[in-house]
Amino acid sequence: MGVKQSRDPAALRLAILVALALLCAVGYMTLNVKSDWAFILEYRGSRLAAMLLAACAIGISTVLFQTITHSRLLTPALMGFDVLYVLVQTLGMLLLGGELAQWSPSLRFAVQVVIMVTLALVLFRVLFSGSVRSLHLMILLGMLAGMLFRELSELGGRVLDPSEFGISQGVAQASFSRMNTELLAVAVVVLVVACLLLMRWRRSLDVLALGRDIAINLGVAYERVVLGVMAVVAILVSVATVLVGPTLFFGLLIANLAYWFTGSQRHRWTLPASVMAGVICLVGGQLLLEHVFASTLPLALVIELAGGLLFIALLMRGVRQ
Amino acid sequence: MIETHAVSKRYGDTLVVDNVSLSIPRGGFTSIIGPNGAGKSTLLSMISRLTPMSSGSVMVDGMDVTRTPGNVLARRLSILRQDNQTSLRLTVRDLVAFGRFPHSGGRLTAEDHRHVDEAMEYLRLDDYRDRPIDELSGGQRQRAYVAMVMCQDTEYVLLDEPLNNIDMRFAVDMMQLLRRAADEKGKTVVVVLHDINFASCYSDHIIAMRHGKPAYQGTPEEIIRTEVLRDLYQMNIGVHDVDGQRICVYFRMG
Repeated sequence: MGVKQSRDPAALRLAILVALALLCAVGYMTLNVKSDWAFILEYRGSRLAAMLLAACAIGISTVLFQTITHSRLLTPALMGFDVLYVLVQTLGMLLLGGELAQWSPSLRFAVQVVIMVTLALVLFRVLFSGSVRSLHLMILLGMLAGMLFRELSELGGRVLDPSEFGISQGVAQASFSRMNTELLAVAVVVLVVACLLLMRWRRSLDVLALGRDIAINLGVAYERVVLGVMAVVAILVSVATVLVGPTLFFGLLIANLAYWFTGSQRHRWTLPASVMAGVICLVGGQLLLEHVFASTLPLALVIELAGGLLFIALLMRGVRQ
Repeated sequence: MIETHAVSKRYGDTLVVDNVSLSIPRGGFTSIIGPNGAGKSTLLSMISRLTPMSSGSVMVDGMDVTRTPGNVLARRLSILRQDNQTSLRLTVRDLVAFGRFPHSGGRLTAEDHRHVDEAMEYLRLDDYRDRPIDELSGGQRQRAYVAMVMCQDTEYVLLDEPLNNIDMRFAVDMMQLLRRAADEKGKTVVVVLHDINFASCYSDHIIAMRHGKPAYQGTPEEIIRTEVLRDLYQMNIGVHDVDGQRICVYFRMG
């Protein structure tokens, strides 16, 4: 005699997002193909794949980070995590120089993911162990860290010799308009591994969002799960950064779009919804810019502008409460 | 039975809980009272593994709380702290249903739904079941959280100042309900209280703390006395028998 459960309206809303995302993807692949189909499909296909992966990595990492920090404002990008990736790469080049340049890009990436996870866990321990309680202080710290990392990696870049500099700039200057598609295959593998790791804690995620005390009361091994989720976040940030470079407000934008559109707090809805929102923003945005407005305005600029406005709106609302 | 063995908590140089060894028997209603800073809430949160101990150990039915897996303990003991603010938009029923997480890991069975409905009815939340918790008044929200803990259906129910920020009617309601949980369902209820009159009227057992230590323990008749309360709170408190209840009067000093 199961109790009949009313169907979650979030399911339908997620389905709408998936349909929209699919529409964008199909449009992106097929609109305005004038010449050689095979070439266009390959060229656009790899770019589409990169955008999908970036949407996955940034959407999931942002929602997870917001869950474990109990905030809708903090994101890995705002805390400077992706710039940290660039800094680690530049420092590696600086210290190991030519030797590192000999490594295959995949190996470099793998090693960097490991370093990123370690750094993220240390940073998270320091920042979120309860010593810093104010959200606004946390944002300021994150922005300062981001600026510091950026300046340091630029400084490091000046000292590098040109060929090594080229490698480190490949990541630093990747963006939504200049995607790094050579690491697609590795990125897919790493992303899948991260998601498999996440599956272990999927049921605890909703409970984590209720706060530390209630999560512990309900039997979640809080410290362990939070650190595990943080490790997944660090892996995903690495994937995103190597593909599209550092972003600022994109994650904030798609995570909040996902909460708003699904009207739910359940991760089974918000996680996929944030990915779909990311795909719609990236692919749909590119489509609109290229084919409808025939504009050369970089997509990143438009997205970061929208995300930045949202950030200010969320901050203002937080201040008023 | 809950037993603490030489439990201490130190923040820097301050000793908040000082070498406490006590036991709380199974069943009944135990209140922990005492002046501000006596270490009541810290002790409660160490018993419920929310705060790590500086030294000592806590056993619940023979299980060491720091070593027992969280979900095993979560089926034996529940804890609710004060100020459960959340920015989450959850309905009352969704929140209450989280109480079943230790039993079914987030996938509710028919048995779980029965517990949820029962807890909602017990706390008279039926009219609010689909309301988002952030739209409720303080008293209603507190009831929703207590319903979550009730639906967790644990032998031991620990609450830290459950009467904070709620008005007289809700406060009496809440105490009646916890008393009923002890009487009808045989739960062991342990509550940190500020209002000594509530402690006097509802408890089977009172633990009075001062300077991080239990200074007195006993029945309300033994603890709610002018000499004991003067020693505890450093003020003169008259104790009067009103309709068979021991009531403390301290509002205006002569």
